[in-house]
Amino acid sequence: MSSQEATRADICALAVAECFRNDGEIMVSAMGTTPSLGARLAKATFAPDLLMTDGFNLLLRRALPLGAKPSDDDVEGWMPFGSVFDTLWWGRRHVMMGASQIDQFGNQNIACIGPWETPKAQLLGVRGAPGNTINHVTSYWVPNHNARALVSKVDMVSGVGYDHAAALGAGGGRFHEIRRVISNLGVFDFNTPDRRMRLASLHPGVELQQVIDNTGFELVIPQRVDTTQVPTPDIVGVLRELDPQGYSQKEVVV
Amino acid sequence: MTDKCMTVDQAVAEVTDGMTIGIGGWGSRRKPMAFVRALVRKGVKDLTVVSYGGPDIGILCATGQLKKAVYGFVSLDSIPLEPHFRKARQQGTIEAVELDEGMFLLGLRAAAQRLPFLPTRAGLGSDVLKINPHLKTVKSPYDDGEELVAVPALNVDVAFIHMNRADAQGNGQALGRDPYFDNLFCMAANKAFMSCEKLVSTKELVAGGPLQSLVINRMMVSGVVEAPGGAHFTECLPDYPRDEAFQREYAKTAKDDDAWNAFLAKYLEVSETDYQKAVSS
Repeated sequence: MSSQEATRADICALAVAECFRNDGEIMVSAMGTTPSLGARLAKATFAPDLLMTDGFNLLLRRALPLGAKPSDDDVEGWMPFGSVFDTLWWGRRHVMMGASQIDQFGNQNIACIGPWETPKAQLLGVRGAPGNTINHVTSYWVPNHNARALVSKVDMVSGVGYDHAAALGAGGGRFHEIRRVISNLGVFDFNTPDRRMRLASLHPGVELQQVIDNTGFELVIPQRVDTTQVPTPDIVGVLRELDPQGYSQKEVVV
Repeated sequence: MTDKCMTVDQAVAEVTDGMTIGIGGWGSRRKPMAFVRALVRKGVKDLTVVSYGGPDIGILCATGQLKKAVYGFVSLDSIPLEPHFRKARQQGTIEAVELDEGMFLLGLRAAAQRLPFLPTRAGLGSDVLKINPHLKTVKSPYDDGEELVAVPALNVDVAFIHMNRADAQGNGQALGRDPYFDNLFCMAANKAFMSCEKLVSTKELVAGGPLQSLVINRMMVSGVVEAPGGAHFTECLPDYPRDEAFQREYAKTAKDDDAWNAFLAKYLEVSETDYQKAVSS
């Protein structure tokens, strides 16, 4: 990718990065290609205070290209799994996870399809999703926006959505925040009175009807729908440096 | 001081049908695979396995020895979902207790501290409470009155761990960058056994790495086994990385009973020495 023209994948990566813009000095854990790229873009540009690991146990002081091995000079600290748990319970973390299914209140499922007792498809299991979502900010990435992923009801609540968090009362849900959902079609948030998912912006070239047709529940559509920010040539240049192999271009379905 | 050296088979002799065993490591990382292979040779049945699961759970699912898995996840890391575990879940051949990864850690800590439970927010509002009807909540006795999940202690009968280095008395050293939670597995167990890549003198052990790498002390373990390659095919850094080619071969056997039976005969129904010979040739 030598072209400086922004692709859909670049627009998604910037939209991911924007999720972390005002997070300050906290740890970002980004699962998957585009979340990793977007988090690195944020750190490399407008959110340098973010803490990020190499995906294992080293905290890195600068954003490295996807797939690059850190040198000793890149390391600023140590984050073994025990410290990851301490950090997430402490709340100084923003995670971006994938979602095999996500519903209108932001309940996410990565565990299984069909009944949990004997699933039709065993997926990852709940992993850290219950603890992440109840303890700190969470965002989601959906590379292929369709009605099988954005569903009216998830088969199993792994990550907690707004309706379940609200049912816990003021105490239990006080650290719960689903900030945004980024898909290949648009940006979504929960800035609505009843915390239903809202279309925040459409990526350039995406029709509103395309989003509606590919969503398995009724989205809140604002009066005026914004267009997702297109990265400047400078930002596109940074993205090319951070993803020289173009992994994100292959991940994002256009 | 007691010399605790033994063989993997002597250690595994402590395991009887129906026991709950804890297995250290994480996913496909520093798993005590020599012990797992010994469990397969022994043929012990109806096991409950408590683990941040990887091929330990997968293999015991495939051999039919595992009755119940208690896990935060079951993954091969480079292959996100353990295929034998997946098959067992989809066919309904095992019982499962699926916990949030952090809840699992608190369960280990509770067991290590001889507490009935430890409280956490993890699990609240999620279906983890629905699929685990045995999980209960507890109300803070203080003014906040907050309702929290009471994660029950994950007590185990026998724990198995694998370290990079150990001495004959049971002091163990993790030279990789993550100690995982092997110390807690030992403390959650009635009895714990440690294998190691290399058995060394106490002096060499202490000189072999920073003091912080001495994560296991001899109070924690009843037996020590020198088992070079004992974590194979999982990674045991810095001694060796994961054997990805072998792991792929293992993963493929979940799709084909003949391939599994061949794998079982070649790699699991043989002594540890013959296993190491087979994988190095």
